[in-house]
Amino acid sequence: MKARLWPIILIAAGFILSFAIPYFGLLDLYVQMILIYICINIILALSLNLINGYMGEFSVGHAGFMSAGAYISAIITVKCLSSASAAWLFPFAVIAGGVGAALLGLIVAIPSFRTRGDYLAIVTLAFNMIIKSVLENIDAVGGARGFLGMDKLTTLPVAFFWTLITIWVIRNFIYSNYGRGVLSIREDEIASDLMSVNTKQVKLLAFVISSFFAGVAGGLFAHLLQFINPRMFDIIKSTDILIMVYLGGIGSIAGSILGATVYTLLLEILRPLEIWRMVIMPLILIFLMLFRPRGIMGLKELTWFVPVLDRINSNRGVKGIRKWFS
Amino acid sequence: MVLLKAENITHYFGGLCAVSEFNLELREHELIGIIGPNGAGKTTVFNIMTGVYKATSGSIMFNGQETVGKSPNSITALGIARTFQNIRLFSDLSVLDNIRIAHYSGTKYTPIEALLHAGRYRAEEKRIRAHSMELLSFFSMEEFADELAKNLPYGMQRRLEIVRALATRPKLLLLDEPAAGMNPKEIDRLMEFIHWVRNEFKLTIIVIEHQMRFVMSICERLVVLDFGTTIAEGNPAEIQNNAKVLEAYLGTPAVNDYGK
Repeated sequence: MKARLWPIILIAAGFILSFAIPYFGLLDLYVQMILIYICINIILALSLNLINGYMGEFSVGHAGFMSAGAYISAIITVKCLSSASAAWLFPFAVIAGGVGAALLGLIVAIPSFRTRGDYLAIVTLAFNMIIKSVLENIDAVGGARGFLGMDKLTTLPVAFFWTLITIWVIRNFIYSNYGRGVLSIREDEIASDLMSVNTKQVKLLAFVISSFFAGVAGGLFAHLLQFINPRMFDIIKSTDILIMVYLGGIGSIAGSILGATVYTLLLEILRPLEIWRMVIMPLILIFLMLFRPRGIMGLKELTWFVPVLDRINSNRGVKGIRKWFS
Repeated sequence: MVLLKAENITHYFGGLCAVSEFNLELREHELIGIIGPNGAGKTTVFNIMTGVYKATSGSIMFNGQETVGKSPNSITALGIARTFQNIRLFSDLSVLDNIRIAHYSGTKYTPIEALLHAGRYRAEEKRIRAHSMELLSFFSMEEFADELAKNLPYGMQRRLEIVRALATRPKLLLLDEPAAGMNPKEIDRLMEFIHWVRNEFKLTIIVIEHQMRFVMSICERLVVLDFGTTIAEGNPAEIQNNAKVLEAYLGTPAVNDYGK
């Protein structure tokens, strides 16, 4: 009972805080901005974790999907909607960006049927480069100069809301037989196929869901910065997301949340070190990979993120400390 | 009734003929063995039957349906399940999840229902869990349900592989060297186990095995492969006295000692 109650209390408290902080000005704008960044990064890390952590593929083009979501939602709010209606229809613009990104995900999923590991990494890398050059060459969206004119629609409650949706949907997916199919592909793809898992269907689903949420994150990002250009979505951005996933832990929702939070905060905290920041961050990563190659939470999950039906102690009596991690 | 009929199955790896003109007629509830020296093409036959490889030519009718050209998962859904020569469990997942994954083709909710945990999701998940636990307890493995598959002892992993194959509700079970790495006592128990499984689940079984004692005592019929061709077929007594087989396989003293 306790385990069921706490997440609800935390979510409610989070919502109240996310409204109260901007309304009463409890934290200065800079800190609020960082909180929104953390939310966006959680969405990005979690959606990439679905491919890299749960499915065990290696996608390095996540920023490509993000850019699709960012541009589509920005074009909708700036060119198709008036400023007043954009504020109300913003969720739909974000969803449209997600759907656009999901369609791209569908295209990228097809090579994943035939190639794995390093080869799929090259394919996704190429995809990221292609989408960046395409955006640079479309003058209607500003080309290399970028696209601006969005209102600042990504507020703290909005970002918090989308983060919750992402966590909930991805958790639901993982704890279904489709999600278990994703895990079995990571473990042994041939055995998985022979155990009646339709691996093509599962891969399509995973790529579509992952890229949808990358697109959502892109839409939120565009309406936070109020300015986007293709260079923001290059391979460096993709690498950032990869780092968050592998820092927090592959195959873990708690890990992605932790990874995105720690990485975003570290980047800000280490800012006074200026250029040394780019020496210390990679060093932290090297040590992490040496001592915990699967990340902080690698393949472990906090019980809160496991549906009640699926918890370890749902079979029989409590097993001591193990009930906290399944 | 004929359950499976393989006709003129031929498979090439590049220029190398791995299986040539393989024919097999399998009646329901039979237990047959495929034997032959290493590299004779036994596992390739399994891989063709389960769709891992697409035969270069030939046809396999299973339960009235052609399976050559179908994907492995759809062939499994038709009712052919298998185990592997070297254990291929989902080692970082729990025993229960290993079994639940094998229910994939029988899962009756759509991806949308899965994403929202709505509709038929709850009832189906309960059914799949209950059925999986029932299977596990049938094989007295229910207390390991939450254990990671890789943490089980070797013999238990072999058993779990069979349970996982049974979870796909097969009509035909293919066992690829189930006795590998077992001592004589364990092999005795495995033989009883296979007989019991066949009767309980009304299965037809094909076994690939090197242990002569094992195949001679449990199989009703044997097919002997050598360099991809079927060199003999018949009941164990016939095979033991077949000159070709003795020459190709049982003839070498080392193998005879091994079989005693």
